[in-house]
Amino acid sequence: METEKIRKRSRITEKELLAPDIYRLSFETDLCSSAEPGQFILVYPPDGAKLLGRPICIADVTSAGSGDAGQRLSIVFRIAGSGTREIASCEKNDILFIEGPLGHGYPSDDDLLKGRDIVLLGGGLGAPSLLFLAKKLAERKDIPGSITVILGYRDSSLDHFLADDFRRIGIETLIATDDGSEGIRGNVLDAMDSSGIRADLIYACGPMPMLSAVKRYSTERSIPAYVSLEEHMACGVGVCLGCVVRTAEKDPHSHVYNARICTEGPVFDIKDVEI
Amino acid sequence: MSTQESRPDLGIDFAGHHFRNPVTVASGTFGSGLEYSRFVDLNTLGAVTTKGVSDKPWEGNPTPRVTETPSGMMNAIGLQNPGVDVFIERDLKFLAGYDVPVIVNVCGHSVEEYEAVVERLADDDRVEMLEINVSCPNVKQGAIQFGTDPGMLTEVTGKCRSKAKNKPVIMKLTPNVTSIAEMAKAAEQGGADGISLINTFTAMKIDIYRRRFVLGNRTGGLSGPAIHPIAVRMVYEASHAVKIPVIGMGGIATAEDAIEMMMAGAVMVAVGMVNFTKPDAVTDIINGMEKYLTDTKTHDIRSIIGLL
Ligand SMILES: Cc1cc2nc3c(=O)[nH]c(=O)nc-3n(C[C@H](O)[C@H](O)[C@H](O)COP(=O)(O)OP(=O)(O)OC[C@H]3O[C@@H](n4cnc5c(N)ncnc54)[C@H](O)[C@@H]3O)c2cc1C
Ligand SMILES: Cc1cc2nc3c(=O)[nH]c(=O)nc-3n(C[C@H](O)[C@H](O)[C@H](O)COP(=O)(O)O)c2cc1C
Ligand code: FES
Repeated sequence: METEKIRKRSRITEKELLAPDIYRLSFETDLCSSAEPGQFILVYPPDGAKLLGRPICIADVTSAGSGDAGQRLSIVFRIAGSGTREIASCEKNDILFIEGPLGHGYPSDDDLLKGRDIVLLGGGLGAPSLLFLAKKLAERKDIPGSITVILGYRDSSLDHFLADDFRRIGIETLIATDDGSEGIRGNVLDAMDSSGIRADLIYACGPMPMLSAVKRYSTERSIPAYVSLEEHMACGVGVCLGCVVRTAEKDPHSHVYNARICTEGPVFDIKDVEI
Repeated sequence: MSTQESRPDLGIDFAGHHFRNPVTVASGTFGSGLEYSRFVDLNTLGAVTTKGVSDKPWEGNPTPRVTETPSGMMNAIGLQNPGVDVFIERDLKFLAGYDVPVIVNVCGHSVEEYEAVVERLADDDRVEMLEINVSCPNVKQGAIQFGTDPGMLTEVTGKCRSKAKNKPVIMKLTPNVTSIAEMAKAAEQGGADGISLINTFTAMKIDIYRRRFVLGNRTGGLSGPAIHPIAVRMVYEASHAVKIPVIGMGGIATAEDAIEMMMAGAVMVAVGMVNFTKPDAVTDIINGMEKYLTDTKTHDIRSIIGLL
């Protein structure tokens, strides 16, 4: 019987410090040619004592330059603990095991996008998965509506990392900071309102309080919204049931009010999840 | 001699049933095989052991449910499962498409709940053996587990045995006891056809910066390579205390670990947490065991069982 390999040794082709403790790593890999925005990979820390892969969103997939093997997959992550610290200590040409692409990303079929003004809301480390989405949306010539991204940061210490990457794609990019030290004062929803930006469709990735606020906001205004969720994971492929989120309806797989973030998600229709 | 003839025999017999090799997967670490069937040819496994199933659907525990620990992990899934009806309709149907024996892991809050599930599966041809997880919290008797009181273990074993008809009943033991040999004997006395061990160790992890428990359930079960040497010791003690066969598990990550477990007394072995860290780990382990036998000129794997 034919079996697939989704966990492979992959060479780091680039490493970049974007802001204090925030890195971009690119890998040479043939794993993610079919990857969609919102999907993630597991990155295995190099020291064998840490066994579980760390879930990290795919921030971009590009084809390699001529003569190079495989594709380039990049991730953007913050040092959040010992595993991400180990990963961040790796250098160009080091080899790590990565596994993916995993989960279901942001839906973007024609019917959903047609004629809608789209707003992407990224809080902190939510920006990377939206970057890949923004790139794919910008490539779609068939979208008549506007695309705006609003990136929220606590303050200016993170140097509004990735904002220029969105601008380079040609997308209207706003910045909001909680303390007003940069861009608009307030959260991403405040920024949307105060700038008079209209949303017919929202994609959001960020910390849970932000996503809960997006749920209230989009529900009150009946705006369709899709959110990318996080939870501690072990297997990443739907087996351990470690990564669940409460659902509004009984989940067709689990037959209880829980869905697996790694498999049914990480991106959910905001109506379907209790957040 | 042709290479065909010189291939070692990995077949074993457990409770009167023959298995092509001794390697199964630990309950809860392989679902019902659906997800991992993309990465592992299920027909190469000795058996698939499925996630614990109860008579009604269980919601499980609040998140976080999993966290990493040095060379291992803790989980407090809370035995979330869709209930035996869905399991029969969907999971057993899926597995029937493969040529692999199925060991069904059963959980319950009360003796009656265990009995109800066993009864539903006793006549199902797609089920090879039943594994009873006696580490579930026992609600009726308070918060203790069936698996930590020898008298209750003997009782629940007997009740399951009498409902299981001709299916072998394997009692899955928890390591959270003072004497694993005593628990093994209690299961044997209740009529168990085999025992499996170890389940996870009850453990705790605190996030010192947030000043709270890491897991939603406060405690969780520790598994993975960190517990392997303890598992080997317990399999040794349990297998020497009883005549019924043992499925050994706990931190098996390599073929060497599996061979070690068999030398300690296990007839079959189960691969658990390492499935999460390497989706095709179980394939590497089976191939590695065959290579070990070839390299050490061991023709029959049965000759290493309980060697010490
Ligand atoms: C689908 C998904 C996508 C993600 N994408 C990104 C991203 O693009 N960039 C980024 O910086 N971070 C992302 N994260 C969060 C990232 O996975 C955690 O920061 C990371 O796992 C922390 O690992 P650690 O070993 O450094 O921390 P530790 O606290 O030492 O980790 C201990 C254990 O807890 C787990 N854990 C801790 N925090 C989290 C968390 N927030 N989410 C999931 N598991 C956690 C770890 O994986 C590990 O198993 C994502 C998480 C998920 C679930
Ligand atoms: C996520 C997870 C879920 C588990 N679920 C079950 C279960 O449903 N029933 C059961 O008897 N054991 C369950 N176990 C215990 C394992 O089957 C096994 O006994 C234990 O993890 C030790 O093996 P390991 O160290 O190789 O993982 C679970 C373990 C893990 C890690
Ligand atoms: S991480 Fe195992 S089910 Fe999602």
